[in-house]
Amino acid sequence: MPDKIRVLLAKPGLDGHDRGIKVIAAAFRDAGMEVIYTGLRQTPQMIVAAAVQEDVDAIGVSILSGAHMTLFPAILEEMKAKDAEDILLFGGGIIPEEDKQELEKMGVAKIFTPGTPTTESIQFLQRTIAARRK
Amino acid sequence: MYSTNLLEKLKARLAKWNETAEKTRQKKSKPRFFTVSSVDIDELYTPDKVKGADNDQYYLDNIGLPGEYPYTRGVHHTMYRTRLWTMRQFAGMGTPKQTNERFKYILKSGGTGLSTAFDLPTLMGYDSDHIRSLGEVGKCGVAVDSLADMEILFDGIDLSQVSTSMTINSSASMALAFYLCVAEKQGVPFEQVRGTLQNDILKEYIAQKEFIFPPRPSIRLITDMMEYCTKHVPQWNTISISGYHIREAGATAVQELAFTLADGFQYVESAIEAGQDVDEFAPRLSYFFNAHSDFFEEIAKYRAARRIVARRMKNKYGAKDERSWLCRFHTQTAGCSLTAQQPENNIVRVALQALSGVLGGTQSLHTNSMDETLALPSEKAVKIALRTQQIIAHESGVANTIDPLAGSYFIEALTDKMEAEAEAYFEEIERRGGVLECIEEGFFQREIARSAYRFQREIEEEQRIIVGVNDYIDDGEEIDIPVLRIDKQVEVDQVAFVQKVRAERDEAAVKAALAKLREVAKGSGNTFEAILECSRAYGTLGEMCDVLREEWGEYVEPPSAMVAS
Repeated sequence: MPDKIRVLLAKPGLDGHDRGIKVIAAAFRDAGMEVIYTGLRQTPQMIVAAAVQEDVDAIGVSILSGAHMTLFPAILEEMKAKDAEDILLFGGGIIPEEDKQELEKMGVAKIFTPGTPTTESIQFLQRTIAARRK
Repeated sequence: MYSTNLLEKLKARLAKWNETAEKTRQKKSKPRFFTVSSVDIDELYTPDKVKGADNDQYYLDNIGLPGEYPYTRGVHHTMYRTRLWTMRQFAGMGTPKQTNERFKYILKSGGTGLSTAFDLPTLMGYDSDHIRSLGEVGKCGVAVDSLADMEILFDGIDLSQVSTSMTINSSASMALAFYLCVAEKQGVPFEQVRGTLQNDILKEYIAQKEFIFPPRPSIRLITDMMEYCTKHVPQWNTISISGYHIREAGATAVQELAFTLADGFQYVESAIEAGQDVDEFAPRLSYFFNAHSDFFEEIAKYRAARRIVARRMKNKYGAKDERSWLCRFHTQTAGCSLTAQQPENNIVRVALQALSGVLGGTQSLHTNSMDETLALPSEKAVKIALRTQQIIAHESGVANTIDPLAGSYFIEALTDKMEAEAEAYFEEIERRGGVLECIEEGFFQREIARSAYRFQREIEEEQRIIVGVNDYIDDGEEIDIPVLRIDKQVEVDQVAFVQKVRAERDEAAVKAALAKLREVAKGSGNTFEAILECSRAYGTLGEMCDVLREEWGEYVEPPSAMVAS
């Protein structure tokens, strides 16, 4: 049996809307993952440092404030700086289709938008991480 | 509402009816009949479901007449026949100049009320050039760093003629101080300044999470402002006690009702403890509720809210002025109920939700725009949302008579049930040591997270159908809604402007005012007066919040509040 998937869930920026990320945390936990939730207002530096320290497979970020085109690139850059590019970065929030495509081009593995069933993000993580571990 | 005699006769009829109904009951059109809040609803409501209503006193004591205690039927005698609810749409984005243009457009179109949304740095007490503001300036509302921005925001608008609502909480004192300084510069006496601040910090800890300082000093900021306004700005509504965000975070209708009213009673108790007379401040308190999708549950919620507030204010807090007993409220349709899929369907959701707010007797209403799950609303979407209210007001006929659903066995039974369940929550909150202890211990936050997760599971298990999301899906749907974007230049301009303001002001005056604020924050004077002085000297919102952060510390959520469910 492979090790459990370890995920760091984080809220960057000033946005305090945490309903989505808490639902995701509960769903991931019930799907057998190990979930670490950082809480609110984490800087890209704090998020990447925590991910490295906790040795996670993936970082999940939730942004509903419209600052996603600033925050996702900042996290990607910090991952590069800390040699943490092997960690999978995914996210969710109010993110227009055009920005979603641009972020996925930049290196965010996947952006989930409102209304996505939690099972879809769970299956995505299970599939992607299993492939990476091979 | 009916005689005891009827109950006896009804009993026999019901027993017989039940025998026949049982035969068809086996075939159900869905597995559960329950509300948005996961409350099971009975198949049929008959007189016996309204407990105690066979006594005449039930109607007189619990339902009564509009404009009379306990106000179940409405806060005014004649309600919408005299004056329709205020159609107040929330706006604000980008720089103060852009929002000023929008305000002038609203006023030119006949509006008399303005409603301001601020950006996250302003709400969180950071200036636009702070490192934490990066990427957030002007995004969710307008950026305001100092009095100079407020001067631009209200340029050419006579503050003696408009009523302004400002949705701001942790840094509400600074926003009001800037606004009063603009009035001063226009020569408008404070007695003529009218408007509302949201200023409800308790729900920030519970749900919206835009907090800066710990709860106790935050409450002091609020009571100091209440004291100042009671004396000098008597037409200002100092606080709008908000359940909206509690509901959006995932609470059930009863949790929204109970936690919001508990917050309201906490402000009342804090002001009384600070030595203020309940009848001096309570008439200026108002509430703000969500209008979610379960039609009857929402109507019952508003009716129960009025009755609970009236009873508590009169009996527990000893308020004698009838205006202190009123639960006046603003309503906004539920942003969280809108779907990114088939966004035009949201117009229908908003219409039904708005209708429940009106049938529930709201004083003002904001209807959401169909594209809000995608980005800030476009002009066309905003217009449709406003037109929805106008259609309800002028075409549907629901505003012709007051509280038309009163006397419905279902509505009255549900209203009673919600009041009883809210009372049970008040008891639990008290048992746990009160509202502040419940916040610090994460009680509200866990209750809400649990409800949010249950709701999500009900959708995924298809117990609950959301049209376009887990049923009636359009395959290969392309969303064709224009998305409004905030230009990156907004942040660049705003950063340059706050730096220019700092460079041009009288630095010694700012230092002295900030030092005074520090002294008051440490001691016991009125913080609002000190904030007003800082504002006059063009001290920035970030500088004032920094002083208070240094003296009072910053609030960090306890791990017990971060638990998912």
